[in-house]
Amino acid sequence: MENLTAVVQTTHHFPWLFLIPLFPLLGSAINGLLGKKLQDRFGKQAPHTIAIGAMVAAATVAIISFANLLRLDASERTLLDVVFPMIHVGAFRVDMAFALDPLSGMMALIITLIGTGIHVYSTGYMADEPSYWRFFCYLNLFVFSMLLLVLGDSMIIMFFGWEGVGLCSYLLIGFWYKEKKNATAGMKAFVVNRVGDWGFVTGAFLLFWGLGGGWSQMPGQSGQYVRDLPKTDEQVRALDDQVSGAHVDVKTVAEVEAPEAEKGEHGMLEAKAPHGHAGRRYAVPIGPTVSFRELRDQLAITHDGKRPLVDGGTLPITVTTERPGVAKASQQKMAQFEGLANKTVWGIPLVFLICLCFFIGATGKSAQLPLYIWLPDAMAGPTPVSALIHAATMVTAGVYMIARLNFLFVLSPGAMTIVACVGALTALFAATIGLFQYDIKKVLAYSTVSQLGFMFIGVGVGAYWAGVFHLLTHALFKACLFLGSGSVIHGMHHLTHHREHHAHGHGHGHDSHRDPRLVADPLDPQDMRNMGGLATLMPWTRKTYLIACWAIAGFPWAAGFFSKDEILWKAFSNGSTLVPGWLIWLVGLIAATFTAFYMFRSYYMTFYGRTPSAEHVEHVHESPKSITYVLWALAGLCLIVGPVLGFPALIGKLWHGEPVLETWLEPVTQFTKLTLVGERAWKELPAVEVAFMLLSIGVATLGWYVAKSLYFDLAASEARLLAWKSKYRGIHSLVFDKYRVDEVYAATVVQWFREFADLFAWIDTHVIDGAVNMMGTISKGVAWFNSAIDKYLVDGAVNFVADSVIFSGGRLRRLQTGRINQYLLGVTAGIVVIVLVAYLV
Amino acid sequence: MSAILTIGLNHYLLLSAALFAIGLLTVATRRNAVAVLMGVELILNAAALNFVAFSHYVEGTVGGQVFAVFIIVMAAAEAAIALAIVLSIFRHFKSIDANDTSTLRE
Repeated sequence: MENLTAVVQTTHHFPWLFLIPLFPLLGSAINGLLGKKLQDRFGKQAPHTIAIGAMVAAATVAIISFANLLRLDASERTLLDVVFPMIHVGAFRVDMAFALDPLSGMMALIITLIGTGIHVYSTGYMADEPSYWRFFCYLNLFVFSMLLLVLGDSMIIMFFGWEGVGLCSYLLIGFWYKEKKNATAGMKAFVVNRVGDWGFVTGAFLLFWGLGGGWSQMPGQSGQYVRDLPKTDEQVRALDDQVSGAHVDVKTVAEVEAPEAEKGEHGMLEAKAPHGHAGRRYAVPIGPTVSFRELRDQLAITHDGKRPLVDGGTLPITVTTERPGVAKASQQKMAQFEGLANKTVWGIPLVFLICLCFFIGATGKSAQLPLYIWLPDAMAGPTPVSALIHAATMVTAGVYMIARLNFLFVLSPGAMTIVACVGALTALFAATIGLFQYDIKKVLAYSTVSQLGFMFIGVGVGAYWAGVFHLLTHALFKACLFLGSGSVIHGMHHLTHHREHHAHGHGHGHDSHRDPRLVADPLDPQDMRNMGGLATLMPWTRKTYLIACWAIAGFPWAAGFFSKDEILWKAFSNGSTLVPGWLIWLVGLIAATFTAFYMFRSYYMTFYGRTPSAEHVEHVHESPKSITYVLWALAGLCLIVGPVLGFPALIGKLWHGEPVLETWLEPVTQFTKLTLVGERAWKELPAVEVAFMLLSIGVATLGWYVAKSLYFDLAASEARLLAWKSKYRGIHSLVFDKYRVDEVYAATVVQWFREFADLFAWIDTHVIDGAVNMMGTISKGVAWFNSAIDKYLVDGAVNFVADSVIFSGGRLRRLQTGRINQYLLGVTAGIVVIVLVAYLV
Repeated sequence: MSAILTIGLNHYLLLSAALFAIGLLTVATRRNAVAVLMGVELILNAAALNFVAFSHYVEGTVGGQVFAVFIIVMAAAEAAIALAIVLSIFRHFKSIDANDTSTLRE
């Protein structure tokens, strides 16, 4: 059995993980239930003190947990906290369990720390909001759901968080629900996300089924898989606490309990640590599971150099049967496994199907083609929400999920190709829309969609660490950009508010026939054409915005340079996708050029372009400290994180070898590393890599230069811009109107669904209601018949008895004269008769 | 003559029967409740006389006499209760005619 090995994930029990999501939940509950009263009594500091307190507490626990993770050996970096068992039905086991591994630890830090920053920012941004408490309640609830999503040990817990963030997103987009536009945007986000959620659930079900799970296991139908033996929690915890090396020999074992033994076979491979940990054991459960760790552990089992649970093959197991009254019996046998990769559904490889379903889930949550349409509309929510939910955290959930399931996606090159291609296309598509938008938040929204596309290129080509790295850097620079735009909008709001007031005073109506392509609505605080020249008025906002633009455009030293370059290089040099890597790289490079252009376009249009008018100078001011401090913190991180975590291996070899983040995430992506070998390995071309790096800097500079020459001084270039606009009017309107995708959806899918809904409404009124009414009529008839029987037959019998008693009573009462003498006479006469009868007869 | 003068069981029984008949007739015919009670007393005494008479002619027993004593006591108790009832009937109906008290009939 020496040739049997498993790469098991060692876990350490850490019972405080549940506190990380618990604090925001408590904060949300307090603000939700008592927030209004607290705010009325103690003022606005009460709700935000509670919310920020909860965030700080969660961040503290997250940092402590992370520090605990750091202390452990790289191969053992997983903290597990099983809070309580939730659903145990047959092989389907879901526990309320949280796991902190390098990936989820990083995410937890991003969520709690950026989340805390955005909470602080919100105190300034939302200061004039009457239902302040409601905002902080939702915000805390969001953080709770997001932490559930990230820390959940199984797909089910992740899905709870997945749905929770969707709900909070809906609530926060529609936060100002009194305007119909906002409420509609919230609903749109929710409905579009449902499509993705369907994908997620279907993927999880398919996976569970593919691993041998079913509704019920019939005798002799145990499938190809030896299923997980349900153990008591104590046993599981005891096993989890035991330590073993990363690569261990496995000896065969199994334990089977009586009732399960009749249904099928259950087994656990027992791994024995080779050195240093003598006597310690780790059990690898085999069979259907929804836990990420258990799934990866069993896929990683190798026997004779093959992976029986992935590619099919045999695995020696021992089945021990123990029933009451029967002696314990052990049986050695070779279990035959079909292998997950060999299964098909209707001729389609199962793994591909599973990954596709999960990816549909990811496209919904992470706003990729074709489900990206909700994200730009989601900008209707307050700007801190756009920063936290629709840039830094929630929308990256899809990327996180795919990185979490890397061991699954890496099994299907087809699915990887789809992920990478959809990512590349989205990156380019959204970037082109971003080129011509005038609403500053819309620019950032399309930029987010585009950057998410880059992340999907990363995870799609198997460079999970690069995708996750871009997730991290994007969280920082995009949060900084959104908060910067929020700061600008906050300032502009005073101006538009003044204008609105003025307009009302003079009785001017709102001009609704204005073409938004040509002229800005002077009352729109988000339209960049109303800005311009804010550099001197908002100097801090400008500087931080510039740093974030620097980072997203990918100039050296700032965060985006390292992450985006790594993704593009990995896309080029990957050997897994079915389309050539250079194609993905090229699309990504064009998207990166556009990114640099539209970001600097927004920067120059907002802060330069023209000298500020007297109106601007009077009304637009720098934002309060709660806003600018957060901006500086994020901008600072944009400059630090890139070089510290992601110095490229090529240059870094002189210094510390692999990028820090890659090494850090290695325990999570270990399986991928073992799989992407041979033909699927990365190409090593140092010279090309350096050339590409220079090319990236070149295209970023190009984008910046074009933006600067066109928008730095609008007075000089406005005529040229207008000339181009009218010359290429068709294509400009097409792109400006977002390729009219919303209209296409409205005409096709939405229309069909509306008609479908109408059809069902018709069926409801005519068929269902008709059936119900018919049943009602039948019931009425039966009831009438029943009442007739009651009235005439049952009541008749009862009344007849009563009537006859009354009648005979009436007759008999005449005997009762009340004259005692007559009675006595009767008695005497009776006695005489009796005596006579006695004597004579 | 002597046969006639010698009083035997038959005489007692004849007297008793006569008493019973008179009592019964009184009860059956009189409407006055007190008179009815007196008739009842006669009937009870007839029965008591029978007990004593039979007991006299049975050697070694005093059971009949004891019964007679019980009957007298019981008759006294009965008369007391009955007279009390009659009294309250009188108070209620201003009459002691048994036929006037037949209101329960309705």
